Amino acid sequence: MGSQSPLVEKKSYLKDTTAFTISELDQIREQFPILGRLTASGAPLAFLDNAASTQRPLAVIDAMSDCFRRYYANVHRGIHTLSEESTAAYEQARRTVAEFINAASDREVIFTAGATASINTVARTWGDANLGRGDVILATIAEHHANIVPWHQLAERTGCKVVFLPITSEYTFDDTVVKDHLARLQPKLFAFTAVSNVLGTKTPVRRWAQLAKSFGAVTLVDASQATPHEPIDVQSLDTDFLVFGGHKMCGPTGIGVLHGKQQLLEDMPAFLGGGGMILRVTTEGFEPAELPDKFEAGTPPIAEAIGLAAAANFLTGLGLERIAAHEHALCKIADQGLREMQGVEVIGPDASQKGGIVSFSIDGVHAHDIAQELDHLGIAVRAGHHCTMPLHRWMKKTSTTRASFYLYNRPQEAERFLEAIELVKTKFTRSGRRRRQRNPQ
Amino acid sequence: MSSEQDIYEEHVLDHYEDPYHRGDLEKATHSHEADNPLCGDVVHIDLRIDGDEKIQEAWFSGDGCVISQASASMLMETIEGKSLEDIRNFTAEEMLALFGPKLTPNRQKCCLLSWRVLQSAIHAPVDDLPPDNEDGPDVHFGGPSLSEET
Repeated sequence: MGSQSPLVEKKSYLKDTTAFTISELDQIREQFPILGRLTASGAPLAFLDNAASTQRPLAVIDAMSDCFRRYYANVHRGIHTLSEESTAAYEQARRTVAEFINAASDREVIFTAGATASINTVARTWGDANLGRGDVILATIAEHHANIVPWHQLAERTGCKVVFLPITSEYTFDDTVVKDHLARLQPKLFAFTAVSNVLGTKTPVRRWAQLAKSFGAVTLVDASQATPHEPIDVQSLDTDFLVFGGHKMCGPTGIGVLHGKQQLLEDMPAFLGGGGMILRVTTEGFEPAELPDKFEAGTPPIAEAIGLAAAANFLTGLGLERIAAHEHALCKIADQGLREMQGVEVIGPDASQKGGIVSFSIDGVHAHDIAQELDHLGIAVRAGHHCTMPLHRWMKKTSTTRASFYLYNRPQEAERFLEAIELVKTKFTRSGRRRRQRNPQ
Repeated sequence: MSSEQDIYEEHVLDHYEDPYHRGDLEKATHSHEADNPLCGDVVHIDLRIDGDEKIQEAWFSGDGCVISQASASMLMETIEGKSLEDIRNFTAEEMLALFGPKLTPNRQKCCLLSWRVLQSAIHAPVDDLPPDNEDGPDVHFGGPSLSEET
């Protein structure tokens, strides 16, 4: 690609200022060694697939490496130096994460294998214990499959049903419709995402949690796309359950968090059975351990918890408000640029109502061809249904393409992305090609 | 800047824009359709197979990415005049070779959709019950499924 694009000069996308200065951004990027690599085509990498998974800073890589190099052993009950040090680090990680979301107590923070495992835990314990035939679970149509399938499975087991909250044609939610659904259906559970992983739409978590409470519904918030980007305070939001994963917020894979209000978690039966989650076991049965161990059967993800805590500290150190402002500025550049292009449709609300996610489609070009060609130009995006088949069906689309920005992306990458989209459009525009005779092989 | 082959070679784009036998075949004796649900690619194939077990005519229709549609066109162009024996012996590797540019495991699925449909179509006479395995031969290619992400 040319170093100077007439497109950019013309539209001056860069007039928007981002929250990090150029030199701050340079320093941030130095913390992420992977960002310096090239893609298979030899182009410099512009990583815009952050809503799927983010990259790891040195702080996280080093914290995990340090654990393995210096003090790793199984946690709890080990009466030796390494086990005691590992246990201390693991429990410190829990306190760090509790502080990160302002949990009332670190006993409310359950480490799981990921956001998906967190939701499944709630479905299999609280769900099985509290829902029955005819009961309703309300979820939004924009949920990720992780916040749909466990409820479908629960419905199969118990006879309850899942009802979906519609979205407006502007890709936002109407509070009157929410209120109407809560009043009419009297759901036992209201499960909703804090930020749609496709549309970027933010939901009013605190307001919906209050509404749900007033109608007697328990709330479960999928904060997977929120914790990496904005401050979360579970006490102020007053959610019953809130879940997120580590790998979307600079942390490791294989770890997630289930936050629940202490009373709810205490009333829930244990889920996975095994070592670590019991007080005592006899030939007749078992007595579960106290929180949080009750829900952490087996050897937990020790180094991953330590890595997640390092990620939380890294984000807090940069300042989540500044991270949000930075991503928002980049999103605005991309969103605005795409909206000005002929034949391109932005799938999502106005940039003012979202964080760092911009999904779109190009007339007559399949999402996978867009992603493939962008990769050729060094730009990583995501194409497909993004684990939101019901939403795509509602939109009457089989797939969309998504660019998602994070704290380490440069404004120049948003600009490069827009130039690349112009190239993609040109490449796949029908130009009266004729099929040729194949050369004999 | 590129050290990588462009999978959208000229002849691929030519087939995408000017496909061979895209449409329905009224006098089809055999027919099958399948999709890749994760990306939404669909390919339908109509065949006219004569008494000597030769493919007299092959037509396709469908919707999807450049790879899935261009490869279907290339396949139709290749199989007319071939015997059912030839089709049965036509491997997935040969299909990928017919397409040309090297595909990553994720995109091989797109290219192999029409091959999969063809392998089922020769066992699916029109006006007959669909075969037991609606999605064709139980063969898996490539890495993790496209689009199954979080």
